[in-house]
Amino acid sequence: MRWDENLKMTDINHHLTDALLMAYSAGSLPEGFGLVVASHISMCDECRARMESFDALGGTILENTEDTALAPESFGATLERIAKGAAAAPAPPAPKERPTIFPGPLVDYVGGDLDQVKWRSYGIGLKQALLPVARGSTVRLLYIPAGMAVPDHGHRGTELTLVLQGAFHDESDHFGPGDIEVADQDVFHTPTADQGQPCICLAATDAPLRFKDLLPRIAQPFLRI
Amino acid sequence: MMFHATQPQEIGASFLCPLYAGAGMAGARARRPAKIEWKRSIKTKMSDWVEQLIRVRDEKDETAFSELFAHFAPRVKAFLMKSGADATLAEECTQEVMAALWLKAHQFDPTRASVATWIFTIARNRRIDALRKQRRPEPEDLPWGPQAEPDQAEVLAMQQENTKLKNALRALPGAQRELIERSYFGELSHSEIAAETGLPLGTIKSRIRLALERLRHAMG
Repeated sequence: MRWDENLKMTDINHHLTDALLMAYSAGSLPEGFGLVVASHISMCDECRARMESFDALGGTILENTEDTALAPESFGATLERIAKGAAAAPAPPAPKERPTIFPGPLVDYVGGDLDQVKWRSYGIGLKQALLPVARGSTVRLLYIPAGMAVPDHGHRGTELTLVLQGAFHDESDHFGPGDIEVADQDVFHTPTADQGQPCICLAATDAPLRFKDLLPRIAQPFLRI
Repeated sequence: MMFHATQPQEIGASFLCPLYAGAGMAGARARRPAKIEWKRSIKTKMSDWVEQLIRVRDEKDETAFSELFAHFAPRVKAFLMKSGADATLAEECTQEVMAALWLKAHQFDPTRASVATWIFTIARNRRIDALRKQRRPEPEDLPWGPQAEPDQAEVLAMQQENTKLKNALRALPGAQRELIERSYFGELSHSEIAAETGLPLGTIKSRIRLALERLRHAMG
């Protein structure tokens, strides 16, 4: 998690669900969800500990799995791989050297911090940037000017929204930096960015995104004004 | 708590048990004086493969590695095959996973995970890469690595929790256990996964949480 003057762990009030953490640990989350989950965990020790306890369950299952015979050359071949230094697991992102608003995994996808985002503007100050992930989910950065409302958007599937900067609120709740909103498709609300500074969020959905959805979902309600 | 006298780490469990009996802070304080005594017994009793992995890390000990290999490689291969890999792919990935065990041994933190857990995470990541052909976004590393000389009592306590979890999983009704296993073999989508495992994950989480806090404090 982030450890600076502005963002203490205790500031995070909205966390990941057990189902998301277990699916992430089991390795079955779509990539876009994985990015939001990994980003939140980078900011939140509580969810990091919860994730690692689901990993422990995975370890227990591995330990209980019945053996399968190895190829006869298996051990020797492994030693050769070691000699060649052929590492298998991708290294986790290194901790940041300077304070950024983006957690490490997001920096990897953006190719840098906030100043590297290739925003597409939708007028009236609203911007978004799609990030490249495998099929099965869509993930994007949203930039909502201070005080602006993003009117009701019925979305299909589940939508995860992680606040990176600023804050937003809706009828019932308030989400600040590090907070994550998990909204099922029956959630209808009007998120509004707090006054003071623009709200920047990382949002992912697992419903197939039609091209047309991108603009109308956000901009259409404003155009009607 | 369940005990099987044949497993040395669980003999440790009965030894530790009274120390956990005091609830809350009283229990936490009570643990301190016992630490020195533990060290002596743990040095000889440390099991669950932590010792072998540390020998691999510090001494590049091939004998220790071969013991780890004999125990874990057949399980990793079975895990990958149950996750949908054919025998050839599973064999190749198993070798990569076991090689990573050697090459990345310095990343292992025995106060936060068992060796089995750590190997699981490597195998799972390899599976996502090889079978789903996707990247797995990983959380940012903590700004500090595992301590070179982890507190033995913390290591043992972590092993304790894993043993309890293993026993609790075995004690679950068959259908429930199978559902959890299928989740981890990647057979269920995230919307199909039922996170209500019925397992006491809260205690292991608290232990990991403490380990994370200790690491932060150690770094000042």
